[in-house]
Amino acid sequence: MFGFTSIERFFIEIGDFTYFTKRFFQEIFTKPFEYKELLRQCYNIGNKSLFLVSVTAFIIGLVITLQTRPTLQEFGAESWMPSMVSISIIREIGPVIIALTFAGRIASGIGAELGSMRVTEQIDAMEVSGTNPFKYLVVTRVVAATLMLPILVIIGDAIALYGSYIIENLKGDVSLTLYFTKAINALSYTDIIPATIKTFFFGFAIGLVGCYKGFNCDKGTVGVGMAANSAVVFASMLLFILDFIAVFITDIFFEI
Amino acid sequence: MTTNSNTKIKQEITSQKQPIIKLENLKKAFGDNVVLNGFNLELFEGENLVIMGKSGSGKSVMIKCLIGLTEVDSGNIEIMGKNLRSLNQNELNELRTEVGFLFQGSALYDSMTVRENLEFPLRRHKQKFGIVNDTTPLVEEALNSVGLLSAINLMPAELSGGMKRRIALARTLILKPKIILYDEPTSGLDPITSKEIIELMRNIQSQYNTSSLIITHDVDCARVVSERMILLIDGVNYAEGTFNELSNSKDEKIKAFFKH
Ligand SMILES: Nc1ncnc2c1ncn2[C@@H]1O[C@H](COP(=O)(O)OP(=O)(O)OP(=O)(O)O)[C@@H](O)[C@H]1O
Ligand SMILES: [Mg+2]
Repeated sequence: MFGFTSIERFFIEIGDFTYFTKRFFQEIFTKPFEYKELLRQCYNIGNKSLFLVSVTAFIIGLVITLQTRPTLQEFGAESWMPSMVSISIIREIGPVIIALTFAGRIASGIGAELGSMRVTEQIDAMEVSGTNPFKYLVVTRVVAATLMLPILVIIGDAIALYGSYIIENLKGDVSLTLYFTKAINALSYTDIIPATIKTFFFGFAIGLVGCYKGFNCDKGTVGVGMAANSAVVFASMLLFILDFIAVFITDIFFEI
Repeated sequence: MTTNSNTKIKQEITSQKQPIIKLENLKKAFGDNVVLNGFNLELFEGENLVIMGKSGSGKSVMIKCLIGLTEVDSGNIEIMGKNLRSLNQNELNELRTEVGFLFQGSALYDSMTVRENLEFPLRRHKQKFGIVNDTTPLVEEALNSVGLLSAINLMPAELSGGMKRRIALARTLILKPKIILYDEPTSGLDPITSKEIIELMRNIQSQYNTSSLIITHDVDCARVVSERMILLIDGVNYAEGTFNELSNSKDEKIKAFFKH
C-alpha cells in the first residue's frame, strides 16, 4: 500500500481484522436484525456445501478403514476397528477435514461475492439507500456459517462412519447394527462435546475471514480474485490455529 | 394584500438563492496521494451543475464524500441546511432519502431481479410514503418513467449497459429525491444510448423537479445538460462558468477539455 514493509503490513492486517471482528460484535447486538436474509444465507451456505462435504466424508471413511485394517489385523484386533474409526473421526478428522472443505467452498465464495459487490459499488449503493451493508451482508453470512458448519460436520461424521462400515462389511462381515453399536459405545461425552463446540468456532472463523476479505476488497477484478484466494488461505491457517487451541484446552479440562 | 404577496415573492427569491448543497474547503488524501485540496461547490435549487475533470482527478471521491460514503479529512458539507458531518446514522439515512445517487457502473444488485432492486431502497424508508404493503405501484411508476416496465422480472445480467443505467436511475427515483447525483451517467455507452440517457435526465428534471449534480467528461453531455459548470483540476475548483464561457476560455488547462 503506502510503502510499508511486509512485516508492517502483516500487523496492519491483524489490526484491521481485529477491528472488523469488534465491529461484528457491535453490529450483531443492535437492531435491526435481518432475519429473512439470515435464513436465505443459511440455506445457501448449507446447500452449497452439502454435496461436497458428503462426498469428502464418505471417501475419508473408506480410506481410513482400508488403510488401518491391515495393521489392526496383524495384532488380531479387527474387532476394535469401529471404535478406533469413530473416535478418530468424531474427535478430529471429521471436524477438521470438513471445515477445510467448507473453507474452500464458502470462504472463497463469500470473498468473491462481497469482493465483486465492493468493486462494482453495490455495497456503496446499499449504504446510500439506508440499509447497513455490514448487517445485511456480513452479519448474516457469518452467523449462517457459524450455524451451518456444526450441522454439516454431524452429517459428515455419520456419512464417514457409514463409509467405514461398508469396507468392514465387505472385508469382515459385520452387520450395520453391530458396527454402529460398537462405534457409538466407544464414544463418551468428552469426545463429542468439545469436538462439536469447536466446529462453531471453525464456522465463525471461516465466515468472518471470507467477509473480511471481500468487504475490504481492492479495486479492480484482480482484487476480487485475490480476495477469494487469500480468504481460503487465511481461513485454513486460522482453522489449524483454532484447532490447536481447542485440543489444548480440551486436554487441560478433561485430562484425556 | 399586495405587500403581503410582495414579501412572499421576495422570500421565494431569497430561498431560491439558498444553496441546497454547499461544500467548503473539502480536503481528502489517500496516504500521500492528495485528491481534494480545498474544493468548494454550491448547488442551487432546480439547477443542473456539471463537474468536469480528468480521469483520476477525484470526481468520484468528491461525490462520495458529499454523501458521506467516504470520510473527508477536513472541510464543511451542508445538504439542505444540515451539516452532514454532525449527523448521526439515523439522521444521515433520513437525509439520504432526499438525495439520489446514480453510480458510475450502475451498481445494480446482481443477485436480485429488477423488481427486487427497486424495492430494496423502500425496505428502510417505508415511513416516507406511509406504510406501504404493496410496493408494486411505486415500482411500476419508477420503471415507467425510464420506459422499461417490461424488464421488471429480468436479472441485471440479462440487461444491456444502457438498460442497466436506466434501471439504476429508476432505483434512485423510487424514493422521490430532491437532489440527484450522477456519476458519469453516460460513461461506457455508445453515443446514441448516451443521448437517450441525457434525454431521460432532462425529462426527470422537469417531471420530478429535481436539482442535479452531474459528473462527466463527456463534452456533449455537458453542453446539453449544464446550466453552470465547474472544472475540477488539481483538487480544487479551477474554473467556474457556463459552458460557453469555459469553452471559449484562453487558459491552456481549460482548453484541453474542449479540444476534439
Ligand atoms: N479507496 C481509495 N483508496 C486509495 N485511493 C483511492 C481510493 N479511491 C480513490 N482513490 C484515488 O483517488 C484518485 C481519484 O479517484 P476517482 O475515482 O475519484 O477519480 P475520477 O475522477 O472519478 O476518475 P474517473 O473519471 O476515471 O471515474 C485516484 O488517484 C485514485 O487512485
Ligand atoms: Mg469516477
